[in-house]
Amino acid sequence: MTSTAAVPVAPVLHAGDTIRRSDRRLGVVMLAPAVTYIALLVALPFLLALFLSLTNSSAGSLEFSFVGLSNFRAVIASPVFQRALRNTFVFTFVSQLAVIVLGNVLARALMRPFFGKTLARFLILMPWAAPISLATLGWLWIFDSTFSVINWVLKVAGWLGPGQWYYWLGDTTLGMVAIVTIHVWRMLPFSTVILLAGLTSIPNEVREASAIDGAGTLARIFQIEIPMMRPILTVAVLFGVVFTFTDMSVVYLLTRGGPYNSTHVLASLAFQDGVLGGDVGRGASVAIFLVPVLVVLAIVMLRSSRRAEVV
Amino acid sequence: MAAAVSPGRRALGVVVHRATILFFLAFAVFPFYWMVVTSFKQNADLYVGATNTAHNPFIFNRAPTLDHLRLLFGQTLYLTWLSNTLLVGGIVVVITLLLTVPAGYSLARLTGRWGERLSIGIFLTYLVPSTLLFIPFSRLVSLMGLQNSLWSLVVIYPTFTVPFCTWLLMGFFKGLPKEIEESAMVDGCSRAGAVWRIVLPLAVPGLLTVVIFALTLVIQEFVYSLTFISSVQRMTVSVGVPVALVRGDVYYWGSLMAACLITSVPIAIVYNIFLDRFIAGFTVGAIK
Repeated sequence: MTSTAAVPVAPVLHAGDTIRRSDRRLGVVMLAPAVTYIALLVALPFLLALFLSLTNSSAGSLEFSFVGLSNFRAVIASPVFQRALRNTFVFTFVSQLAVIVLGNVLARALMRPFFGKTLARFLILMPWAAPISLATLGWLWIFDSTFSVINWVLKVAGWLGPGQWYYWLGDTTLGMVAIVTIHVWRMLPFSTVILLAGLTSIPNEVREASAIDGAGTLARIFQIEIPMMRPILTVAVLFGVVFTFTDMSVVYLLTRGGPYNSTHVLASLAFQDGVLGGDVGRGASVAIFLVPVLVVLAIVMLRSSRRAEVV
Repeated sequence: MAAAVSPGRRALGVVVHRATILFFLAFAVFPFYWMVVTSFKQNADLYVGATNTAHNPFIFNRAPTLDHLRLLFGQTLYLTWLSNTLLVGGIVVVITLLLTVPAGYSLARLTGRWGERLSIGIFLTYLVPSTLLFIPFSRLVSLMGLQNSLWSLVVIYPTFTVPFCTWLLMGFFKGLPKEIEESAMVDGCSRAGAVWRIVLPLAVPGLLTVVIFALTLVIQEFVYSLTFISSVQRMTVSVGVPVALVRGDVYYWGSLMAACLITSVPIAIVYNIFLDRFIAGFTVGAIK
């Protein structure tokens, strides 16, 4: 594996390994286009988002004036926003908790050899590879109000009695269950393959040594393997959180935030206010609420990568 | 602890293991299985209603049909969306390569400490989500006069391909031994010449990973495409199918599911082939 730790950097004793001045110049020239692009199209728009959240900018015109923090005040006072904020955390937390627990189970199961393992790995990976909007569409059909196959199974199993029916996307609680299900379904393969890479990187001698020392399976898993996999667990959790926390596709396509705006997340609400509603300032201020969590995640990621370098 | 496990317990272990695998397989695959079944069912078999417990929806109760596929390819803009997506994808791949190959090489070989810091900074920009940037971009796109144009996507999509691919290629170039360029340079090649003639041919697997990764990200992208493209003829496949294939309140589920399936399966196959490299990209630093 390549790792940031393995990079020999400038101050090495013999001159051949230090970076020559002409090479340094070439290095800057080669980096410039990518860095310029990122500065212009990621950093600048990011600042523009902060700026727009302080204005009354709207989709129809390019004119705007400063309104200070009044967008934020209006947004925070709005029950729809409060609900969306809560939903975003609930969806992310519940789905990622499930993903990390199930991902550990599945990764362990995939470690053992069995017939058809290659095919199984391919099939298990499919939810992550499929475009999210199309996968969500598949689930929309599964959760259909009239033709839901889940309801059919529940009817046949006797769970739903005569006259009883689940309107998956017309009910707040069921809608939330549906959204979390899709997030788990989609992120589970991603975490599993990352955890699998972590598990396979643990040398077999460690397992043998722990067996010789008399450690049972559970002790081995919780006291040796999971601590050893900490950096990789962090990677899986962080990316899982980022992808779930900032996603709007699932909610937008599945429930459109309904019924009565009760299943919105920050991202889908920002889209509804800022793009569909044309209130750019307000949409921007809703989306800004994603930033603190992303900053925290970035810090955790930096710290864990530094720790990985030290080890 | 008993080192020798009794045959009974071992058999139980195998059963539990297989059951676990089957459970997860069913969960992962069911939506796709459902797409297959829906794509080929006659409408009379499809729209029965889940209250009818006598009608098993999991199987074909009537002969399979190709009607939905015919509708999808003959009477919808699916193929247009597909070609729009590939057009955008192709250009974005070229832009991504032009920006990330030099940057990745530079970070791997030509910059010292500050390059390492910068590379982490570049990677962190991958965390800035489309759902935060689509609002400022909607302003910028209208300033540039690119509303409802595929060019808006061409300009914006590298924002998510460039950071990750720079990182991926940096890792890849670091994995190549330094001596190969150095010996070429001893033989009188310039650094740039050595990169062009010696390093790039060796880096083809890395470049291919970037191509595949950028292309799949473009096909999967939904938010920007939904925000900036409004005419049906110019949509990409990930937006056209869910937004424009639904006519009014009528869902053509057979054709919809066929579109989802046909788009997803090829991506899943290439993803699977390149999986190990993608994981390497995500876990640089966390595994040795």
